[in-house]
Amino acid sequence: MLRTSRIVFGVLAVLFLVAPLIAILPLAFTSSVFLNYPVPSYSLRWFVELLTADVWRRSIINSLIIGGGATVLATVLGTLAALGLRSRHLPFAGLFRTIFLLPMVVPAVVLGVGMQLCFVQIDLASTYLGVIVAHSVLAIPFVLVNVSASLGGIDPRVERAAASLGASPTTVFRRVTLPLALPGVVSGAAFAFATSLDEVVLTLFVAGPNQRTLARQMFSSIRENISPAIAAAAFLFIVGTLIVGGMSLLVRARLRTRVVMPE
Amino acid sequence: MNVALRGRLVGLALVAPLLLFLAGFFVWPLVTMMQGAVSDPIAARTLPTTARATANWDRQSPPTPEMKAALAHDLAALKQDQVVGDLTRRLNSAQSGFRTLMSRTMSAVREQGPDVDLSAVDKRWNDIKFWQPIAEAAASRYTDRYLLAALDMDRDAAGDIVTLPESQSANKAILARTFFVSGLVTLFCIVIGLPYAMLAVSVTGWLRGVLLAAVLLPLWTSLLVRTAAWFILLQDNGLINRGLMALGLIDRPLALIFNRTGVVIAMTHVLLPFMVLPIFSVLLAVPRNLMPAAASLGAPPLRAFWRVLLPLSVRGIVSGSLLVFMAAIGYYITPALIGGPTDQMISYVIAFYATGAANWGMAGALGVILLVATLLLYAVYQRLASDKAMGI
Repeated sequence: MLRTSRIVFGVLAVLFLVAPLIAILPLAFTSSVFLNYPVPSYSLRWFVELLTADVWRRSIINSLIIGGGATVLATVLGTLAALGLRSRHLPFAGLFRTIFLLPMVVPAVVLGVGMQLCFVQIDLASTYLGVIVAHSVLAIPFVLVNVSASLGGIDPRVERAAASLGASPTTVFRRVTLPLALPGVVSGAAFAFATSLDEVVLTLFVAGPNQRTLARQMFSSIRENISPAIAAAAFLFIVGTLIVGGMSLLVRARLRTRVVMPE
Repeated sequence: MNVALRGRLVGLALVAPLLLFLAGFFVWPLVTMMQGAVSDPIAARTLPTTARATANWDRQSPPTPEMKAALAHDLAALKQDQVVGDLTRRLNSAQSGFRTLMSRTMSAVREQGPDVDLSAVDKRWNDIKFWQPIAEAAASRYTDRYLLAALDMDRDAAGDIVTLPESQSANKAILARTFFVSGLVTLFCIVIGLPYAMLAVSVTGWLRGVLLAAVLLPLWTSLLVRTAAWFILLQDNGLINRGLMALGLIDRPLALIFNRTGVVIAMTHVLLPFMVLPIFSVLLAVPRNLMPAAASLGAPPLRAFWRVLLPLSVRGIVSGSLLVFMAAIGYYITPALIGGPTDQMISYVIAFYATGAANWGMAGALGVILLVATLLLYAVYQRLASDKAMGI
């Protein structure tokens, strides 16, 4: 009896978690104008719509520009800070770390209201740079956590060994620390990109009509006129996430073999 | 240079860029938002003479001719319509009737100059009811009225804090709704997440892999995609309603979307991973032979669960609940897309005041409440996360 109920519960719970994500995928290929089952016949018309209709195409391009910018900015700032936090001599390291992780905690709407008020004063409202900055703030904690984790996994004896063999601190950093930390930097960057891609709330507050991202466009499309283009966009999202995730895993694996194998 | 000093300088130099970046684009916006909640500069800035003239007024006796002359003088100095509009809106929010009174007075002042007799323009200028808000607003650049209004309170004519009548109060209901929906979502997450985590710990190999992947996959998927997916499933002729109708369980679609049911279902789905993962990691550390030990000592499974496994998982449940509740109270997207007008939570109201009504005071005040609640929950969570001995 207990065994059966465990199996039933397990199956139902997995269904609850995964089924919605699977249910949306076939609708991306519907030929109907309704976002609904049954699918009358399959076609690629909604992908064509996504790539040709001006609002959708523009929003995809915007998402790539803003996502790329936010990834670079967040990864550089987050990696530098993670390296700084690693120093044993740094004062207030705990306080700094708490502050750096706070953007993950603060409700997006609250931050959005403040950003809207501030960005107007410094002419960042409704600009690409403004949206990139806003997304970077949210993405930085993910970079920091990932890079810190991979830095924490470095055996300090390796660095000391390099130093004792005559390597200068810069060389140690360049030839030992950085290659070992790189997998964390790569996953951090992947997280940063995913965060930016999925961001809606801050975008609502700081972006103008010209900076509409794919997520923002999906949000208003679900709200105003829902069509299977949403499912097609969702399909792209899921595929995009898989590609970015897969790529970061691949790069990590390659980096790891390169570090282990002596040149 | 000694090693410690050098290390400290290098560390600070590496941390500094992010520190400056967050000071400018994270702390400054939050401070500005909070300032918006307490700042009220318009009357103090535009009515300096009136502020001096009303400074010693007891706010009960009739308005003096000096006060009227001071106000006429200040109003005559206002050249921009935008500023007049802001001032009128501010005064009208404290006392209705200012809109007509101000437009009549402004045209009289602009025609006849600063020496116009206000009582002759409109006899409402003899009523202290219209002078109290002016004296109040002109006295200071800061106010607690937005914060009070966020909790459905106000100051009466004497300056005492009073609770607004039911008919005028909406914010407490929204706060209560926010906490209720978040609590409900947290409860459902426990009810599903605890057995799920226990199941995942009790199996091994590919089964555990599947169970964990089922939790991680939604976590990795875009929030919008998940919300859109629920939108499709929950609509009147969506898969759930069709399935139930095909099974003959219902003969007309259940209302699952644009109401509380849909919001709770979708939010539970979105936040469930944050409950499962902490409980899972806590349970993973529990020795596997405890349950068999309890059984061998004669405890039936339910009793063994109640007395052994549940107390051991409390730490995970509390961490998970704090995470889920904290995330839920700030939720915007899912209720906005799946909920109806009566299911909107505090984030929606903040966004409405900010973008719809351009009422930065109210947006800021409600934002302060949400921010403080979130940070308190986070502080408790941090305390628990660093205190390893808790719960056992």
